[in-house]
Amino acid sequence: MVLSRVSKIYGAGEIAVHALRNVDFRLEQGDYLAIIGASGSGKSTLMNIVGCLDIPTQGRYLLDRVDAGDLDDYELAWIRNRKIGLIFQSYNLIPRTTVLRNVELPLIYARVHRSERRRRALEAIEAVGLANRATHIPSELSGGQQQRAAIARAIVTDPAIILADEPTGNLDTASTREVLQIFGRLNTLGRTIVMITHEHDVAAHAKRVIELADGEVVSDVRNAPVGGPPPFPKLDRTHKAVVA
Amino acid sequence: MSALEAVRMAVQGVLANRLRSLLTLLGITIGVASVIILVAVGRGSAVAVQTQIEGLGTNMMTIQAGGRFFGRAASSSSTFTFLTMKDVQALSDKTIAPDIKSVSPVVSPSSVTATHGVATETPGQVIGTTASYAEARKESVVEGTFITAANESTHARVAVIGPTVVQNLFGSADPLGQTIQLNGASYQVEGVLKSKGSNGIQDQDDIVIVPLTTAQDFLVGHSGQLNQIVIQATSANAVNNANAEATAILTPTHSNTDGTAAFSILSQSSLLQTTSASNHTFTVLLAAVAAISLLVGGIGVMNIMLVTVTERTREIGIRKAIGARKTDILGQFLTEAVLLSILGGVTGVVAGLVGGRFRIVGVQPVVESYSVFLAFGVGVTVGLFFGIYPANRAAALTPIEALRYE
Repeated sequence: MVLSRVSKIYGAGEIAVHALRNVDFRLEQGDYLAIIGASGSGKSTLMNIVGCLDIPTQGRYLLDRVDAGDLDDYELAWIRNRKIGLIFQSYNLIPRTTVLRNVELPLIYARVHRSERRRRALEAIEAVGLANRATHIPSELSGGQQQRAAIARAIVTDPAIILADEPTGNLDTASTREVLQIFGRLNTLGRTIVMITHEHDVAAHAKRVIELADGEVVSDVRNAPVGGPPPFPKLDRTHKAVVA
Repeated sequence: MSALEAVRMAVQGVLANRLRSLLTLLGITIGVASVIILVAVGRGSAVAVQTQIEGLGTNMMTIQAGGRFFGRAASSSSTFTFLTMKDVQALSDKTIAPDIKSVSPVVSPSSVTATHGVATETPGQVIGTTASYAEARKESVVEGTFITAANESTHARVAVIGPTVVQNLFGSADPLGQTIQLNGASYQVEGVLKSKGSNGIQDQDDIVIVPLTTAQDFLVGHSGQLNQIVIQATSANAVNNANAEATAILTPTHSNTDGTAAFSILSQSSLLQTTSASNHTFTVLLAAVAAISLLVGGIGVMNIMLVTVTERTREIGIRKAIGARKTDILGQFLTEAVLLSILGGVTGVVAGLVGGRFRIVGVQPVVESYSVFLAFGVGVTVGLFFGIYPANRAAALTPIEALRYE
């Protein structure tokens, strides 16, 4: 993934808001990036651009060597379906729909056949440890379980990159630990992860941390090599060791 | 996204809020049912009138004075010539009117009171006529006899009464041979007519028939004016000829100053034509009312779909974020609208068929199969059409805005 002098400007002239200014970085496959910043730093805007939900006003965004700015609606939808897995702070599962069906949804839009769809969805649900809750609906699940379902949905299409926007923002300590464990495991298995957060504790789980302030990159720190495992075990807030 | 999946999503959407979905499809249901029922009522009334006209007899024609139907005066005439016995004689002449089998003069006195003991009534129809009237108008007696030629020549005070009069004056007793008073004078009941029921406008069994000469003596006076002349053609094929002959005979003496005819000849076919024209207008009017209600139902569908789309903005954003295309979203909501319409259409057809079994405004409806398919088809199309706008709105949402929506 390459961001090349990406800028996002809302409005024009005097009231122009420069949400992002000349953001520039590369991301390699298998990396685990945390983007940290206060609110208003532009991290959500960056997330939207990386997730192909928005296009930069200036600069280029390339994902797997494909320029997102060149794409039409149809192709963008395809990218969101196959190349990107999105995870939100508020889970964003479809209400009154079972976990299984929620996880299957990207595959339905990808027109995958029924039996294969079922198989892959169940695999993803297994991977996040929700096999015993597959037939429950979101209102019957705890926050941590809902987020795990969202993760399963994000990985079911085998995307090139997983994008998580404040994934632990609404979770308690135990669920936060669970989710970060899953991210760590996914990254060990080779998935590229980009995580937006405002907490340094959470960002410490990543292999690379980019800090944003006022729309600009102010620091870019590598904590662990791209090819290696993520930096854990890590001490959580209660200073107990996390079991890998 | 396959069609099957779209249907599954649509079903889920409809079931999500059952009461709301029910109320929405109710609009389509009422629209479809009313198209079916109202068209059936129109058809039923046409059938009823047609049967009644056919019951009059194919060979019969009614001549009335006046240039318009039903005996109203032609406004442009300055001389209003009545029908008289002279006309009757002319029409009975077999040399100039060979296709006319019988000629029955008719007088209709108004406001005649019939009494028997303490029972009294004002019959809907009282007429004075001759024996040939029975065959021409397909009247028959279940008891006794009809007016006879002897009755006419002797100016006998006899009466033939219909079943409703029997009911009102005699109850369940046998009236044959009994006496009734008409405007004070006594008449002997000579026969009881067979029941004919109602023709939708009046009760045909509420009738008293007396000999023409007797009526002229006691009920109408001797002005010589006749209200109607009923003629019978020799056969069904001779009707047109008989019509022409009668017209030829009457025109010289019964014309308005402007040359138009001062009389009219009603035959079964002309009656059928008039009624069919007016019934057509009637049915079209009913269908228009029903169509309006179907339209309103469609608006209801659009309204609810718009609300649903707004409510599910967040959900649409999620779907788009995980890869739904515009057509996927469009398909999902359009299918939901069509599903509502189909459900409404089916219940509407059932309601229409059930409702069509009952008498409405005195008419027994006759359900026409074309109306069922038309109503259902239009119902579904209406739902499809009114669902397009909301579905488009849904599909046009951008994921970011949709996801931000609370």
